[in-house]
Amino acid sequence: MKEYQTITEISGPLVFVETDEPVGYDEIVEIEIGDGQTRRGQVLESASDYVAIQVFEGTEGIDRDASVRFLGETMKMPVTEDLLGRVMDGTGQPIDGGPEIVPDERQDIVGAAINPYSREYPEEFIQTGVSAIDGMNTLVRGQKLPIFSASGLPHNDLALQIARQASVPEEEEGSEEGSEFAVIFGAMGITAEEANEFMDDFERTGALERSVVFMNLADDPAVERTITPRLALTTAEYLAFEKDYHVLVILTDMTNYCEALREIGAAREEVPGRRGYPGYMYTDLAQLYERAGRIEGRDGSVTQIPILTMPGDDDTHPIPDLTGYITEGQIYIDRDLNSQGVQPPINVLPSLSRLMDDGIGEGLTRVDHADVKDQIFAAYAEGEDLRDLVNIVGREALSDLDNKYLDFADRFEDEFIDQGTQTNRDIDDTIELGWNLLSMLPKDALNRIDEELIEEHYREDGTTEEVAAD
Amino acid sequence: MSQATESDVRKDGIIESVSGPVVAARDLDARMNDVVYVGSEGLMGEVIEIEGNVTTIQVYEETSGVSPGEPVEGTGAPLSVDLGPGMLDAIYDGVQRPLDVLEEKMGSAYLDRGVDAPGIDLEKTWAFEPEVEEGDSVEPGDIVGIVPETPSIDHKVMVPPGSEGGEVTAIESGNFTVEETVVELDSGEEIRMRQEWPVRQQRPSVDKETPTEPLISGQRVLDGLFPIAKGGTAAIPGPFGSGKTVTQHQLAKWADADIVVYVGCGERGNEMTEVIEDFPELEDPITGNALMDRTCLIANTSNMPVAARESCVYTGITIAEYFRDMGYDVALMADSTSRWAEAMREISSRLEEMPGEEGYPAYLSARLSAFYERAGYFTNINGTEGSVSVIGAVSPPGGDFSEPVTQNTLRIVKTFWALDADLAERRHFPSINWNESYSLYREQLDPWFVDNVRDDWPETRQWAIDTLDEEAELQEIVQLVGKDALPEDQQLTLEIARYLREAWLQQNAFHPTDTYCEPGKTYRIMDAIKTYNDEAFEALDAGVPVEELTDIDAAPRLNRIGVQEEYNEYIDELEDDIASELRELY
Repeated sequence: MKEYQTITEISGPLVFVETDEPVGYDEIVEIEIGDGQTRRGQVLESASDYVAIQVFEGTEGIDRDASVRFLGETMKMPVTEDLLGRVMDGTGQPIDGGPEIVPDERQDIVGAAINPYSREYPEEFIQTGVSAIDGMNTLVRGQKLPIFSASGLPHNDLALQIARQASVPEEEEGSEEGSEFAVIFGAMGITAEEANEFMDDFERTGALERSVVFMNLADDPAVERTITPRLALTTAEYLAFEKDYHVLVILTDMTNYCEALREIGAAREEVPGRRGYPGYMYTDLAQLYERAGRIEGRDGSVTQIPILTMPGDDDTHPIPDLTGYITEGQIYIDRDLNSQGVQPPINVLPSLSRLMDDGIGEGLTRVDHADVKDQIFAAYAEGEDLRDLVNIVGREALSDLDNKYLDFADRFEDEFIDQGTQTNRDIDDTIELGWNLLSMLPKDALNRIDEELIEEHYREDGTTEEVAAD
Repeated sequence: MSQATESDVRKDGIIESVSGPVVAARDLDARMNDVVYVGSEGLMGEVIEIEGNVTTIQVYEETSGVSPGEPVEGTGAPLSVDLGPGMLDAIYDGVQRPLDVLEEKMGSAYLDRGVDAPGIDLEKTWAFEPEVEEGDSVEPGDIVGIVPETPSIDHKVMVPPGSEGGEVTAIESGNFTVEETVVELDSGEEIRMRQEWPVRQQRPSVDKETPTEPLISGQRVLDGLFPIAKGGTAAIPGPFGSGKTVTQHQLAKWADADIVVYVGCGERGNEMTEVIEDFPELEDPITGNALMDRTCLIANTSNMPVAARESCVYTGITIAEYFRDMGYDVALMADSTSRWAEAMREISSRLEEMPGEEGYPAYLSARLSAFYERAGYFTNINGTEGSVSVIGAVSPPGGDFSEPVTQNTLRIVKTFWALDADLAERRHFPSINWNESYSLYREQLDPWFVDNVRDDWPETRQWAIDTLDEEAELQEIVQLVGKDALPEDQQLTLEIARYLREAWLQQNAFHPTDTYCEPGKTYRIMDAIKTYNDEAFEALDAGVPVEELTDIDAAPRLNRIGVQEEYNEYIDELEDDIASELRELY
């Protein structure tokens, strides 16, 4: 392994080195500085006489005498089942004081694309116990469903609630055939306080045993954030496709990841795209999100819930925008609902789960699920529209039916959405609750539901069936 | 993709630098757009810039680990596709490598590098039936034989466009592989079932005609309000979650084209898997055969290499043109052209080209129009007529239609299906906004609808458009004063328009019956609502209050027509019930 002491330029997170032997693109680099510290980095550009290196742990303290070693391989993640229960920093070094990790394999962290021909279409329902998700925007195994949130909103509570409650129907029936549930938590640039909140909850509920945690905190080097999600996903793929786990990957906060991309792009003096983010951000994000899925012939699955905070609550900002184009739907956290005290404050109208239609229905959830969901959407949208109008003309000026839609919208938020962070509702409860609410409306107005289903479930006398509180 | 077979071997080069998908090589003797193999793993790439002794290459595979000093080998040929029997029912990546073959060759569910595979199976034999005899003289494009490729489609073997033609000296029926000679000409030329064509070059034709036949999609809002012609172009722009992909899938499933080429350009892997799993099980509503029998899929998902994303739309349209040459009507769906444009932008920025609007290269508009111009209704060089219809999804950032890709696309295409996030939010699907969308083919297609569906199609449609327009105006007033403040006739119009929206424009893609609506049914639903309208207005004139008119029991049944298989009986009865209920009121 050849060592160079030929650094020519240090700029932001980048180091340029003169070389006399060819160096591979994306290769891993170690830089040793005066006091014996080692920093790791990656080749961003390789020419015949120089290379550009992006340094993960920051360039502070590096001078032109630092020695640079090229390791001759691309970045690898040591993976083993023993990673479950471990806590690591953003570069994959254990920080929980536990024993050294003895890897079974070392896998390339830039995962190759899954051949679309080899994928299996996701259509197995995951019950999160959250009505707004299970009932209205169902999550399925192998899906990537981000949470679109913003500063000051309780997206972490929702993520924790999902991590705690997520189960698949077969798991409950006890017909388990070795496929276990695992949670991979990849934190990028979150505050120490948020990190504690997550860790406390993991420890309190015993979830840590089945989790692998990667922590890049707000005061850790920004460039390191670009590898944290890749380490998390490489671990996830290993556990899912080699060890048959059903893996739920929670990545937070993707906004910090994109900021890091922008920082590197700016340092390289690249032509910026929208709002200064690099033009390849779509491709880059796709390389993360597309690592969710199922593979034919393997038992495990990778399901992703990335969390991002939209700057200025603006979903046309490049980060949520590009994310929405890659992921299979999105869950919106709503500021108004939050200030009304609705927990979790999910706004179901702009939320969407693209894989829902194939993951629900007879044999999966319930035969009436799709119709009930469509009708609730239509009725709630109608009620929402009328709220604007009622501010101007008052309730008296509206027809009976319109007043019912208004009541429906209110009760939908109070009873269906607002379940609190500790309530775990199964899918039956959620749909029955939906029927309770829909029965406020006259039968004629239920034009999205099959007539037979209306006969079967409509509460004629307006009374409501008891739904378990939790 | 096509295997380089040219004898024109040129001098190899040496890699100078690597930066993502862009590699520079020196001493390489290659022409612009030639295919080259990069590095010791032989990754496929294409020459995109030549400057002095340095050649810039875009590489179609991941370049991790590739280093300067490794060799670059030229093939002397531009990026081409293999054309011949075996393309239907296939699924390709962006450079026509069959994904099932890749899975087998790589022995892994992941896409490895440096593995190449021919676009059509070279070993498989096909039953060839001659269409010409010895002594016949043939010219380029002429059909010399037929291969029953799938139950739905006869593959027509043609004299390649580059041939000189001549007299047939030997031809026989039998089973051949695509590389065996099936016809010999007196010029000594041997014709095989397989031919090659460079993807960036349009296949020749005699003439481009004005299209007069609609591409029936089975979607009421499209066939009814915004039809596209066979040989026409359409754009579907919309923000994420507004239903672009579902609309494209619906078109791929139900459009009455002979051949469908579906290009998944930079989209989701799971969506492509859905297509791969769904299509073989679905029936073509016209022939009753499996839909896959007429479909060719090209899948370049968003995490596959960016350069192959740039080329996948060309691979798709070249295959489409080849089937057009046989006299077929081909529909090409590209989902999404924005990803293609972004791939151009990404490569352009790596080349440090001067950017145009929003960082897109200055040639964006030229490339888009050149692509859409390959659509059309053609007279082919063999005298047959065929068409290529192109339907491109556009994914404007933030749903803002003023961005460059949408704007440049709208300057070219003649049908515009605007997807609307508001409609999608209230689960009105397909969420095509009827006020913003347009079709410039409407007038030229009317004669077809008059002849084949109903003679008052144009008038009834105009009534529907007027009613929806009036509703849009009235809604603005309602927002201010409430519905009850409107005069009775306007309240009635609002109610009628509501049925147009809910019973006619909305269509459930996931309902087994409603997913496909033949033009006759589209007409009858619209006409049933018009019957209600006409009867109700007569009753209103006779002094019946509007609440009673809108409250009749039969009216909500309009919403259920879509899901009826035997719709004619259902509508007959419903129209009678509406009329008699209304007439009882006065």
